[in-house]
Amino acid sequence: MDQPTNKRFGMVIDLDKCTGCGACMVACMAENNVPFREDDTNKLLSISWMRVYRLKNGKPFPLAEECFLPRPCQHCEGHHGHSPCVSVCPATATDYDMQTGIVSQIPTRCFGCRYCMAACPYHVRQFNWWDPLWPDGMERSLNPDVSVRMRGIVEKCSFCYHRYQRALDQAYTEGRRDLKEHEYQTACTQACPAGAITFGDLNNPAHAVHKLAQPDMAHEGQSRNPKAFRLLERLGTNTKVYYLSSKEWIRKAGDTAVQKA
Amino acid sequence: MKVDRRSFLSFVIGGAAGTALTPLPWKLTDDLSIWSQNWPWTPIPPSGETTYVASTCTLCPGACGISVRKVDDRVVKIEGLGGHPVNDGGICPLGLSGPQLLYSPTRVRTPLKKVNGGWQEISWDKAIQEIAVRLKELREKGQPQSVVWVSDTDRGTVAELSKRFLTVYGSPNFIRTPSIQDSYELALYLTQGQRAMAGFDLANATYVLSFGSGIIEGWGTPPHLFRAKSAMQQRGGKISQLEGRLSKTAAKADQFIPIKPGTEGALALGLIHVILKEGIYRKDVVQNQSVGSDALKRLAGDDFAPEAVSKATGVDAKTIVDLAKAFAGAKKPLAICGRGNGRQESGNAQEFLAVHFLNALVGSINTAGGVIAVPEPDYIEWPEPEMDAVASNGMQQARMDGAGGKDFPLSRYLLNRLPEMLSAGSTSPVQALFVNSANPAYNLLDTVKVEKGLKKIPLIVSFSAFMDETAAMAHYILPNHVYLERFEDVPAAQGFPNPVIGLVKPVVRPLFNTRHTGDAVMQLAKAVGGNVAAAFGWESYEACLQESLGDKWDALKEEGYWVDAKFSPAAFETKSKKFEFANADIALLPAYTAPKAPGDDKTFPLTLIPFDTLRLGSGSIGAPPFLVKSLEETLLTKNDGLVEINPIDAQKLGLADGADAVLSTPKGIAQVKVTLSEGIMPGLVAMVRGLGHTAYDRFLAGKGVNINRLMSSAEAPGTGFEAAWGVRAQLTKA
Repeated sequence: MDQPTNKRFGMVIDLDKCTGCGACMVACMAENNVPFREDDTNKLLSISWMRVYRLKNGKPFPLAEECFLPRPCQHCEGHHGHSPCVSVCPATATDYDMQTGIVSQIPTRCFGCRYCMAACPYHVRQFNWWDPLWPDGMERSLNPDVSVRMRGIVEKCSFCYHRYQRALDQAYTEGRRDLKEHEYQTACTQACPAGAITFGDLNNPAHAVHKLAQPDMAHEGQSRNPKAFRLLERLGTNTKVYYLSSKEWIRKAGDTAVQKA
Repeated sequence: MKVDRRSFLSFVIGGAAGTALTPLPWKLTDDLSIWSQNWPWTPIPPSGETTYVASTCTLCPGACGISVRKVDDRVVKIEGLGGHPVNDGGICPLGLSGPQLLYSPTRVRTPLKKVNGGWQEISWDKAIQEIAVRLKELREKGQPQSVVWVSDTDRGTVAELSKRFLTVYGSPNFIRTPSIQDSYELALYLTQGQRAMAGFDLANATYVLSFGSGIIEGWGTPPHLFRAKSAMQQRGGKISQLEGRLSKTAAKADQFIPIKPGTEGALALGLIHVILKEGIYRKDVVQNQSVGSDALKRLAGDDFAPEAVSKATGVDAKTIVDLAKAFAGAKKPLAICGRGNGRQESGNAQEFLAVHFLNALVGSINTAGGVIAVPEPDYIEWPEPEMDAVASNGMQQARMDGAGGKDFPLSRYLLNRLPEMLSAGSTSPVQALFVNSANPAYNLLDTVKVEKGLKKIPLIVSFSAFMDETAAMAHYILPNHVYLERFEDVPAAQGFPNPVIGLVKPVVRPLFNTRHTGDAVMQLAKAVGGNVAAAFGWESYEACLQESLGDKWDALKEEGYWVDAKFSPAAFETKSKKFEFANADIALLPAYTAPKAPGDDKTFPLTLIPFDTLRLGSGSIGAPPFLVKSLEETLLTKNDGLVEINPIDAQKLGLADGADAVLSTPKGIAQVKVTLSEGIMPGLVAMVRGLGHTAYDRFLAGKGVNINRLMSSAEAPGTGFEAAWGVRAQLTKA
């Protein structure tokens, strides 16, 4: 399956740079028509494809330290595309795309059994318990490139796949078959005012993500960068979101459970 | 066939098993879900042609370039404008939520008049006529000076049109809302003799010493500073944050030094003391380019020796000495001040002066990596209006807020003093109040008093595009277009080290019966008539804007911005032509004293401090739904606001994480929940600013507590500035 032309889109998030401002979350909501509710304070029920967690070092004042960790879908490859959610979906509503490495989610196929939510170790999947409703007139701000999800289905980050399709369409009309690095960027990457997020093809040595993540493909994408880590790497989920931090307690926190924000 | 028990069971079980083996249950589940997925009320966004319009964001003073994505005539997304000198593609959460403001249900759709406490729709012409009649009466009574105009900026064509209106009408009472700009402008004026804006070249600094400034929490030009911070830290630059609470900025700084809030000025003077004593200042710069360093030695005398400062600030003496050495020893040090996002209070001018002196001692004034005096924009050159006798007489009256008067000769605007004036007498000295892009009924401290004062004003006219707290108290609302529907100049980016002008462009046609405030002001002037009308010769606001921008108009329309990249700061304009650590004007200010939090510490053993987050609106803009959704659960849970408290204090008070509590201050009482944090200094409680709105929509109104209701106003000695940083408070179990 693994042809050299295949892409593995991935992300590197520099936690030293991330300021926890939340621009990635809001950029994602605006790009992907994420609904909101009058009371969205219960974060277990609140839909947010990208969520910024707050990590703490657990020490008392004034030794307390904090760090912010943005969490999009980790787009697990597992072993040969067996990501935790894909293997449990009875409706084939989610799939691992060998050409791009993106874990898709097809809302109209999903019938809401939520097996995938149970299977996902990263809480990236969220269930629509309510009809998505916008205040009168505000539905005009919805993006036609992304379908609005309905009540009763699961949704999650798609690495802004529609932006990939748009960029490809554009390239094709210009007679190209391949994209330049900057042509396909996720909404969160584009918005981040601190420049903490880098996105691109992990298989392409010319791309910034490859240089930062330095994935070792012989060992399921493990990073050779001593500053880098992946979330819950020991589960073998072989994720495509790498985090960078110069602090050891943060790198360690990445391999255990993510704490409450 | 006889149906016995055995065959019945075989039939039922076999049938069930058989059905389960067919695709039928799955097909039914699928059909059911498809049916339930096609409710007609789930919107299907129509597709169309995608276009991008380059414009400028006006939601904070940062003036970021934005790229607005449209699908046909709908605005679907706002992104940062790549290549823009200020933000180069970066954008903050509020800027991203712009479409939700455009399509907000809280927009005022047509001019409104308050009749018997309720709103009545009124035509533009009638509303303007009625207001003009009231204004003419005031002029006839010889009280034009009783008209007050409040705005969040005093720059740009709309602010200049408003000032021009007031001038020819006869009132000196144009008031800008308080922010740290007041103190920074004063510091530059006093020491450098310039009326200029403070810009900060953080990107080129190697060491930043921040006295509580929220570098990544909205201070200055947010996305620009985010980038600058990333770039400087990546090059090995360091940031030290002095604050009483582990804010986001403190968490992302290289060094967090806890300090008792309100004592930042003492620490700055303490650092000056050490730097002078150790002789580690830039001698070449201080000797050749400044005067008054002897006076500085007296100012930062033995009262500010490390031990004394340590006692006041809670920072230990060795840290103070180390900090002074690190600062003076850095290649390009930069000290900044103004707590949080700096958009609510003016601050204590003496503290700003001390911090400015620190920069002067290390040669960080008007140099790369330092504080830059950015000249006031000068493109607005209109002919002097002709004044009649009433106007001339009115303009000679003292300003109502006391700014520039005998008590506060150095200050320019003191909106914080207005509520006191209003509540003093039985009749209001303010007979008419105009409010543009400001929300004093929410943003000013001690909200209850502000509301009481506003209620006394017989005529309040709001230009707000949204039904905010002040608009709700107004007698007329003349709704402005929102920034995606209008032309306007953004004359500067606050805190940006270069002169830059942004152009706001109409991305879509106005959705409602709204009108540009610039046009509304001109029409009001025409309705008042006489010299007032004559001062506005333009056909429309757009014509006025185009004429004012002159040869920059074409470039602005094309690019969306104009920047003076080759700009270099002007020479000092003091008498000595040098930087002045002391002069007659500075001598007008009383010596620095650490301002106390109002309230007695027996009844109120704790101190409540506000903090800011980019996930809530700033200034006059209430947070749109996306921002409220993105709020951390440590700030808001259901409709309850949370206060942060150290576990040590919580244990003493018997409060567990998430417990209900009552927070009281000398100004008010609020029901809150408690969130324990190891990031806050014992003795302090902190609450976020930007919640507790009574106006706006159901996604914002009634959520959390407006901390301004609990805060007490604190007038700074010598300047009259709003210098409140906290208030004494008590937290009890509910």
